[in-house]
Amino acid sequence: MSAEPLSTEQPSVPEAWVRIRGLRYVRGEQVIFDGVDMDIPRGRLTAIMGPSGTGKTTLLRLIGGQLRADAGTVEVAGQNVASLHSKALYRLRKRMGMLFQNGALLTDLSVFDNVAFPLREHTRLPERMIRDLVLMKLHAVGLRGARELMPAQLSGGMARRVALARAIALDPEMVLFDEPFTGQDPISLGVLVTLLRSLTDALGLTSVVVSHDVQESLSIADYVYVISAGRVVEHGTPQALWQSTSPWVQQFLQGQSDGPVPFHYPASDYRADLLADGL
Amino acid sequence: MMQSRSVQIWVGLFVIAGMAALLMLSIKVSNIRAFSNEQGYELNANFENIGGLKVRSPVTMAGVVVGRVSHIGFDSEIYEAVVTLNIDPRYDNLPEDTSASIFTSGLLGEQYIGLEAGGAENYLHDGDRIQLTQSAIVLEKLIGQFLVSQADE
Amino acid sequence: MMDFLQRLGATTLGVTERIGRGHLFLLYVLGGFPSLLPRFGLVIKQIYASGVLSLLIIAVSGLFVGMVLALQGYNTLVDFGATESLGVVVALSLVRELGPVMGALLFAGRAGSALTAEIGLMKATEQLSAMEMMAVNPLHRVVAPRLLGGIIAMPLLAAIFSAVGIVGGYLVAVGLLGVDEGAFWSQMQAKVDLFDDVASGVIKSVVFGFVVTWIALFEGYDAVPTSEGVSRATTRTVVHASLAVLGLNFILTALMFGDD
Ligand SMILES: Nc1ncnc2c1ncn2[C@@H]1O[C@H](COP(=O)(O)OP(=O)(O)O)[C@@H](O)[C@H]1O
Ligand SMILES: [Mg+2]
Repeated sequence: MSAEPLSTEQPSVPEAWVRIRGLRYVRGEQVIFDGVDMDIPRGRLTAIMGPSGTGKTTLLRLIGGQLRADAGTVEVAGQNVASLHSKALYRLRKRMGMLFQNGALLTDLSVFDNVAFPLREHTRLPERMIRDLVLMKLHAVGLRGARELMPAQLSGGMARRVALARAIALDPEMVLFDEPFTGQDPISLGVLVTLLRSLTDALGLTSVVVSHDVQESLSIADYVYVISAGRVVEHGTPQALWQSTSPWVQQFLQGQSDGPVPFHYPASDYRADLLADGL
Repeated sequence: MMQSRSVQIWVGLFVIAGMAALLMLSIKVSNIRAFSNEQGYELNANFENIGGLKVRSPVTMAGVVVGRVSHIGFDSEIYEAVVTLNIDPRYDNLPEDTSASIFTSGLLGEQYIGLEAGGAENYLHDGDRIQLTQSAIVLEKLIGQFLVSQADE
Repeated sequence: MMDFLQRLGATTLGVTERIGRGHLFLLYVLGGFPSLLPRFGLVIKQIYASGVLSLLIIAVSGLFVGMVLALQGYNTLVDFGATESLGVVVALSLVRELGPVMGALLFAGRAGSALTAEIGLMKATEQLSAMEMMAVNPLHRVVAPRLLGGIIAMPLLAAIFSAVGIVGGYLVAVGLLGVDEGAFWSQMQAKVDLFDDVASGVIKSVVFGFVVTWIALFEGYDAVPTSEGVSRATTRTVVHASLAVLGLNFILTALMFGDD
């Protein structure tokens, strides 16, 4: 396993909007990240992949400044997130949107009010203009007609799209997507995949998609990081990744049940265990 | 944030109901007259002993509450209690020789000041002193006197 | 033995830490109060949730408590031939103690548990995190209006409890037991003091509203973000808030009615 790029001929990578160096993050006894380096280029769609529980959500929270690294730095737009005081952090957060795993819509507000929420909190725009902006964002995700619905009335895919509309309400420069594809039916999945790619291109967004869905992520990503056990095990373009010689990456990409990552949780000898019951 | 009108109406009704309840507690249940204390006029009276008299104890005349005790002090030169009475401005015709006594309502009840009008032609004014006073009857003292007189016999 | 001491130490440490967290939490929430003034609509919504929705149970309980007070008081006073003091007994019990205390206990059960569940679920479904990522401070935007709403609603609810209770007592005393109506009210007016009794009852209920809402909000905010964690937190809210109300009531009563 190497953390070296797979091919030396990098695509002309623009400047990094997020720069992570020597990141170490520990939760209790558990070391979640140990020496992670990452560069997330501006205006591109970067996928960060890894099995469940590797700390993908944690990574997004570190980027958003909700968690602080134990060592190393997370720089966003040239600012060290951990060193910002709360005012500056909030100013930085207005420049990023985040799509939570389950949408995290505010349950007591309608679809319209959810999308209007960041606008009303952060701008003094007249209600008419807010209405226009909200309808534009809802239209972009195809849910202009659902504006009156409450979050409880939405399907999972619709909720995620509303959350997406909300995440881009303030026209952020970067959007973080936490597992956008998980638990979607094939049609919603197709819609989301197209939406992510087209929004990134149309708005010039810096998108970070965290996922363990191999096909979808690789089909839309410009650049991919694969993390496991607290380290980056591979990174490069999707094409390069398919050619990876790492058996771990191959197991992950092809979804084999057994391989370098064993199917079984560490346990004592099976036969001995069964017999240990005693007769 | 748009909020439905019915929420606002309900909250309005709730606040009105709460205020009405407070108003009822002030007017119907308690003695709101405590409010008008400020507008009354003040009289002073010295007592040798005020017993259990307290600030805001009632001041009555012929059993009717005409004011309240507003201040209780101690004159360290003559060793007497100085009680300030706040009298309702409606009762501005108390004669100069009105007397003040401290009574107890019932055997063990709270103490209050009873005024008794005299016959003088001039009236008491703000800041005047009531000359004739009768101190509180202290039960322990009475019992003591009773026991002493019994023993003497 | 060592084991026991160790656990005792750990528990003490845990409790101390929670107390510290609870006060820091309060500090941050109070920091959000100034920003509520221009957006009072947020508070109105919470007065609705805490106050209006608790109104029914408060009014019904108040009515029955007042009626029982009249019945019990009558049975005691009739032996002393002092039934005209029934109004005083009912009014003083309600205004000084039962209105604020029972009102707050019902408030903890009705509004407090709902607040904990609401905040806990918002945490579990990452709504609070989402707000933070939208550069909105949930302590200011979500928690502060709820705290202020509770502080406003509680004294109104307690006053309604007392007023309805006195009406209930009146119905039983005058309507059922034949106490003289004039004596019922006039004795009450002579003995109940606006400042000593009514105002101290109001002060008590403001304090209780503050404490119950604070505990409820903190329990929700501090809950383990799972459905089990939220349900435990809800139970804790009712238990801790009720104990806090009863304990504080003792202290406040001693302070306000102790001497003078
Ligand atoms: N609130 C928490 N308390 C304790 N451990 C947690 C908590 N949240 C996450 N973890 C642990 O941190 C690790 C990374 O979690 P997460 O970032 O959510 O992983 P992913 O998003 O990749 O599935 C997991 O092993 C999980 O057990
Ligand atoms: Mg996750």
